[in-house]
Amino acid sequence: MQLIKNLKFVLSVLTITLFVANIAKSTEECFENTSRAIFKFNMIVDENLMEPIAKGYNKLPAPIKSGTSNFTSNIGTLLSIPNNILQGNFKQLGHSIGSFAINSTVGIFGILNPAEKIGLKPNKEDVGQTLGSYGVGPGCYFVLPILGPTTARDTLGMLADTFIDPFAHVTIREKELLSSSGNSLDFYSVKGVTAVDFRADNDRNFESLEKNSLDLYSSFKSIYLQDRENKIKNSIDEEDDWGNLNN
Amino acid sequence: MSRTSVYLVSLLIIFQSSLLAYSSNPKDFVNELVTDAISKLSDINLNKDQKASFIEKVALEHVDINALGLYTLGELRKSSTEDDISNYKNAFEKYFLKSLTSRLNDYSSSKFEITGEDKKSANYTIVNSMVRPEDGGPNIKIDWRVYTKDPDKPLIRDLIVEGLSLARTQKEEFSSILSSNNNDIKILIKKLEEFASN
Repeated sequence: MQLIKNLKFVLSVLTITLFVANIAKSTEECFENTSRAIFKFNMIVDENLMEPIAKGYNKLPAPIKSGTSNFTSNIGTLLSIPNNILQGNFKQLGHSIGSFAINSTVGIFGILNPAEKIGLKPNKEDVGQTLGSYGVGPGCYFVLPILGPTTARDTLGMLADTFIDPFAHVTIREKELLSSSGNSLDFYSVKGVTAVDFRADNDRNFESLEKNSLDLYSSFKSIYLQDRENKIKNSIDEEDDWGNLNN
Repeated sequence: MSRTSVYLVSLLIIFQSSLLAYSSNPKDFVNELVTDAISKLSDINLNKDQKASFIEKVALEHVDINALGLYTLGELRKSSTEDDISNYKNAFEKYFLKSLTSRLNDYSSSKFEITGEDKKSANYTIVNSMVRPEDGGPNIKIDWRVYTKDPDKPLIRDLIVEGLSLARTQKEEFSSILSSNNNDIKILIKKLEEFASN
């Protein structure tokens, strides 16, 4: 019953997204001035909260950092499982299931990553990417408070994620899965630590970008959109748009 | 000219030419160039100005700054006057050299390894590499877009860091500045000059 309910939700998301993406086929701005103001706010939050935490996190001993990173990444793999099914990508489905099973057991609740050593490298997949793989365009671009850059498709995808992510089920919705259950605090704690881990990994890149950008907002927009394109394609084929400069 | 002076001048010429002579094979070219740059940037006997001067010399010789500047200008390169394009090229070169030095300094304490190459056409090859930061940070995958129209003189046109093209990011950044300023190239030139002089 629950599955049908969730499927209905995902189908509704797909319908709304198709509608929104058709209105704005290219990644035009929805409301640039508002987005720029939110971006400024996010940068203040980053400067005063995320950056100091990330710098502190980077000072932790390497095994603690890699253990934390492996743990959050292993939980993140759960969301890839339903998305690989929805994308019909069964090779990646095998990688996701195998990686999660091995790392959660042999890898001591995901703290270690023995799955990588035997060649299991699951791609991270979400509903936004699944919609992209169906040919749904990104729709318009905007910036969300705290959460940062996004598009119409990816925002709806993010909402849908919480309905098909097994980890969200056992935490936010407090359902029992394989005799385990949690609460909302567990969900938001893991998401928070994932964000800190990402920010810490990219600390030097953030600083370099801030120092060398003429328009930081546009740089972030370009990087976000390129990254999402690559994740949807599951490859990093270099776009050749050099035109007559290539002759 | 005394014998000592002739000797010193010859040494200087040999040093200068060896400094800028890299292989013409794209893979070896990138490997030699980056290894050389990392070694110079991490040399404690060189001061900041000497390092910057080395990077500028190498970039002017081995990066296709002219084409990169025109690419990042987008469609406006077709409709701008020759004077504007010439001023833009000068400003872009200064901007590029300054930001390149700053970026390379940020990544100088890293190990570098070529992992492969992909010849896309007669005119360009993608060289794949991996940067392994010595501070234990995550490895960074960098692909180098090398322009090989003149096979004896390969030129770097773009760096694709973890799938993100620096040229494309720059182009979209410039495009945003231009579109919010009525596509006035003079405003972009002014911003580039301001960045270079700060």
